[in-house]
Amino acid sequence: MSSSLQNNYSDTVVRQFAIMTVVWGVVGMLVGLIIAAQLAWPELNFGIPWLSYGRLRPLHTNAVIFAFGGSALFASTYYVVQRTGQTRLFAPGLAAFTFWGWTLVIVAAAISLPLGYTTGKEYAELEWPIDILITLVWVSFAIVFFGTIAKRKVKHIYVANWFFGAFILTVAVLHLVNSAEIPAGWMKSYSVYAGVQDAMVQWWYGHNAVGFFLTAGFLGMMYYFVPKQAERPVYSYRLSIVHFWALIFTYMWAGPHHLHYTALPDWTQSLGMVFSLILLAPSWGGMINGVMTLSGAWHKLRDDPVLRFMIVSLSFYGMSTFEGPMMSIKTVNALSHYTDWTVGHVHSGALGWVGLISMGTIYFLIPRLYGQKKMYSVPAIELHFWTATIGIVLYIAAMWIAGVMQGLMWRSINEDGTLTYTFVESVKATYPYYVVRVLGGALYLFGMLVMLWNVIMTALKGRVQPVPIPAVLAAYA
Amino acid sequence: MDILYLLIPLSVVLVLFVLIALWWAVHKGQFEAMEGEGERILRND
Repeated sequence: MSSSLQNNYSDTVVRQFAIMTVVWGVVGMLVGLIIAAQLAWPELNFGIPWLSYGRLRPLHTNAVIFAFGGSALFASTYYVVQRTGQTRLFAPGLAAFTFWGWTLVIVAAAISLPLGYTTGKEYAELEWPIDILITLVWVSFAIVFFGTIAKRKVKHIYVANWFFGAFILTVAVLHLVNSAEIPAGWMKSYSVYAGVQDAMVQWWYGHNAVGFFLTAGFLGMMYYFVPKQAERPVYSYRLSIVHFWALIFTYMWAGPHHLHYTALPDWTQSLGMVFSLILLAPSWGGMINGVMTLSGAWHKLRDDPVLRFMIVSLSFYGMSTFEGPMMSIKTVNALSHYTDWTVGHVHSGALGWVGLISMGTIYFLIPRLYGQKKMYSVPAIELHFWTATIGIVLYIAAMWIAGVMQGLMWRSINEDGTLTYTFVESVKATYPYYVVRVLGGALYLFGMLVMLWNVIMTALKGRVQPVPIPAVLAAYA
Repeated sequence: MDILYLLIPLSVVLVLFVLIALWWAVHKGQFEAMEGEGERILRND
């Protein structure tokens, strides 16, 4: 028994993370929908502090980024590193710990954030005891991943693994530097940095988290699952290698574009802008590489909704990696910053790129993890695809219009030098766009509920079957 | 802006780390004969 176990992939942890991706996706997007509705209709916090916008907003971001996105990354990393190396996970016990530890982090976030415990650092709100647990889980993740790379049976390390490895190591460094804090009680701490120093560290962390958690990790996913679903090799394997090294060599200094026209020194702001502009090149190289994988097989998009999730996801990746560098230009930023345009930009990346590529990946994984050929209902995937896509378009179009309008209203000045509009007039003018956003978010969440049903039905119909590890051809060993 | 005395050296160290990884990969022949690598993942599951 134990010897036969050694010949199978360790898929239990992949299955657990894949299921939880969908569950946390529903939870995180539901919280997002609630706070979107609160912005249109503030009465919806019902005067209850735990449901107020300021507490639910970090719960939404943590749930969608770290619970939904994080689970998708754990599931795909563990799956891909085993398949491409044709070996079992290194230290499966530690891998199981990463699942339960990560789940505990998410539950702790879901309790502590509504109660008002926060460090006040965006995307790093969790208090110090939870930060320590995150560190333990992350170090275990690194040990399992790099241990599996070390014991691989295939000589070549497939490109997706380079992206996963960079994502794991960089997020470890980012978390340790940005969360350096001095405890003042069990659920209270003070950052070791202050003022503009803290702001600089915060956005060095914040933007690199976008670059390595939300980009590099999901690019790893893209480079494995797009070719698998399309049943074609990636358009240019060489370009994928260049994409990787170009991206990680140039990413680190884009963060200061979050602090244009602040107390940060001017040269640091300009440096952030220049590095952001440089990033357009590797990003589009990767996007074109992913989309062109379908070259000569475009007809597959017609009848494969899973592939459509992936290719539309890449389109949003291309769109937001064009929009981002453009918004980092100081003169553009003078209009866009602090407006809802930023929120729209984030969501074209989050709902479009991260969300759709994760959903495509989960639709690929679930049938295979439950011994099935395909999902329980393919028309339901089709329905999910269209509701999600229309939802995203409504969301980002509403935020683009709202954002540019706000920026123009705030900078409009009368002949005598006074402001043309009071702030509250811009809030009032934004109301219809907030309502459209609620509609877009509701469609996106509806698609996620359809997915949850489809995943449950597939799991109930299927049976967990161990997957044997195939022999490695001599040419690749 | 004392913080730059932490963040800039840290970036330099990370870039050195990336260079070492690149050197290791090239030295180990990771990027020789890449032709079949894209197809290989399609063959077995």
